[in-house]
Amino acid sequence: MSFNQQDTVIRFDIVKNRRKFFIGSSAIIILGLVFILFQGLHLGVDFKAGTRLDLFIGKEFKPADVEAVIKQSIPNIAFSPVTPYGTHQAYTRFDQTVSSDKMMAVEQGLKAKYGDQVTKQVSTVDPSIAQEMVKKAAVAVVIASIAIVIYIAIRFQWLFGIAAVAGLIHDVFIPIAIFSVLGLEVDLTFIAALLTILGYSINDKIVIFDRIRENLRTMKSKSIEDLEHLVNVSLWQTMRRSVYTVATVFFTVLAIAVLGSESIRNFSLALLFGLVSGTYSSIFIAAQIWVNLKERNMLKKKAKA
Amino acid sequence: MIKWGRFLLFLVVVALLGTLVATTTTQVASNITLGLDLQGGFEILYEVEPLDAGHQVDIELLKSTAHMIEKRINIGGVAEPVITTELPNRIRVQIASQSADQDKLRELIGKPAVLTFRDESGNIILRGSDLAPNGAAVGYDDLRRPLVTVKFSDPKKLEDVTRVNLYKRMAIYLDENLQTNPTIQSVISGGSAQITGDYTQESAQELADLLNSGAMPAKLIEKQVTSVGASLGALALQKTIYAGYIGAALIFLFMLVVYRMPGMIANITLVGFTYFCLLVLDWMHATLTLPGIAGFILSIGIAVDANIITYERIQEEIRSGKTIFSAFRSGERRSLITILDAHFTNLITTVVLFYFGTSSIQGFAVVLAMTIIVSIITNVFGSRLLLWLVVRSNMFNKPFWFGVKESEIGEL
Repeated sequence: MSFNQQDTVIRFDIVKNRRKFFIGSSAIIILGLVFILFQGLHLGVDFKAGTRLDLFIGKEFKPADVEAVIKQSIPNIAFSPVTPYGTHQAYTRFDQTVSSDKMMAVEQGLKAKYGDQVTKQVSTVDPSIAQEMVKKAAVAVVIASIAIVIYIAIRFQWLFGIAAVAGLIHDVFIPIAIFSVLGLEVDLTFIAALLTILGYSINDKIVIFDRIRENLRTMKSKSIEDLEHLVNVSLWQTMRRSVYTVATVFFTVLAIAVLGSESIRNFSLALLFGLVSGTYSSIFIAAQIWVNLKERNMLKKKAKA
Repeated sequence: MIKWGRFLLFLVVVALLGTLVATTTTQVASNITLGLDLQGGFEILYEVEPLDAGHQVDIELLKSTAHMIEKRINIGGVAEPVITTELPNRIRVQIASQSADQDKLRELIGKPAVLTFRDESGNIILRGSDLAPNGAAVGYDDLRRPLVTVKFSDPKKLEDVTRVNLYKRMAIYLDENLQTNPTIQSVISGGSAQITGDYTQESAQELADLLNSGAMPAKLIEKQVTSVGASLGALALQKTIYAGYIGAALIFLFMLVVYRMPGMIANITLVGFTYFCLLVLDWMHATLTLPGIAGFILSIGIAVDANIITYERIQEEIRSGKTIFSAFRSGERRSLITILDAHFTNLITTVVLFYFGTSSIQGFAVVLAMTIIVSIITNVFGSRLLLWLVVRSNMFNKPFWFGVKESEIGEL
């Protein structure tokens, strides 16, 4: 690009201050880790093995009475308090998988007490399946990250790939940390949200790296000062685009979070956190990590020469 | 000089798209099946084991078993089950209906339905696989009690067997349950036999359907049964779609205010993009799940971004003092690589996610991959074509139309 690089207004020297952003993000990540270690994540039913029992009682009942019947048939497995819902319905959840003959015994017991209209619906989550689901998602994301590094290494340089994936890890971790801190429930939709964040974050990083790559061809980048200036210019050239894009997506998701159904509110919230984190990290983390890596490379080359 | 032909062509394209969207969207949208997690229903995960220990479970066996499961579910009268095979040995059955009778379907699917005729010493002399296609039907005995009649494909076989076992008992088993154990009174030459038992009209019909559908080619073990509450019932879905409209309106307004003429073209292609995505979903007979919607939201973000990148670039070029047309040319060219790189990286991610993920992650990947491809067509090339027509019509060659103030333009 032969025109206004030198005129690009740098309103704030991002590269000079990169250490501050590293410290800020590290602080959030450490705080998140502490919360995850001590408080854990509030896992939804998808991730916990166990059995959910839905009962249709068909007449007025006291949850305590139903609990007594369950205790009688299944004495040694803990279950959540029987919660009524709808018309004469209730559900409870067992911490372990309960065999179907035991469930039959519960149904018989309830039929004896409330009459033949009692029906049940049982759903079980096998522990191995639940674990496998998370494991597969994690493996898929790791392999996807490797594929991204390879693609970026071919199209750009491989230092960009490393920087991009560092940013991705940041962006996936931030919503997890926030969910842990706020104690929001993590279920399967959360995984979908994380994947969405991943995709958005990749897109955002590529766009910024692309501008750096383009400027590398036309601007000076021999000295560390030149390089830092180049990255600053690139970031400010793409700043409007970064802000506008995140703003449009952010407000759309915000509309869904506020006006949409409550059942996907956690999903939209995770997206909101991830969007902000994704845009932030493209500019203030991923690009800066690239600067660090590149400078180290330059110093090494100098030392050799 | 204003070139009306190009502007007219632009108007025609937009009018065609508008008509298409306005007249068919409702129909296309209503054809799309909502997934289990949106509608509620239940899911059963089966592990497939071969009938003989020596055999191996391969993709063929999985497919034929899945096909059989579908037939069985149709016997149960449930509309559009989603049955997916997962290597190495799993079949996932999703029934997105809250009214379906879970226990009955599980029983129907779980039955191997192997019909055998056995002689007095327990040797199998005839099998269900010897039946003629659609050879089972409901019949009635003299007392008008329902029974099941079966017709063999080779009458000779039944004739031989009945001749050998004349005046002896021949037991008919369904799986390991004895159905009836009649004495052979005469040589049966017509190729038809009757299975009597304590049947009602309904259960006789069900057995006949089961026998016609054939035996399950493999053993099924239930690994997991999950009922899923509707996360988006009709009302909730309505609310979310409404929220989506508001979000879209915000994007439209924003694009118009910031980018003006190109912004309007972005909005037109965004409408086209959404429409074509729905159309392709419909063609693919895909089931839309929440992860799918997530993929869709992401792709809208990427599509809008593609336009923002291009228009920002064009604005930059105009500010540097180029004419509208040459700014358009170089802006388009320079942004194309960026946009394609971003699209391709995401496409690679979807391939990996599809290959390594489980069913819900695959749902996300499929929708995202499809929408990315549609987005390249509509939001990259489609929007470029439209903008080209407008720019070349020379009607909008003031920087104002591109959201650039005259005072911002530098000297070349």
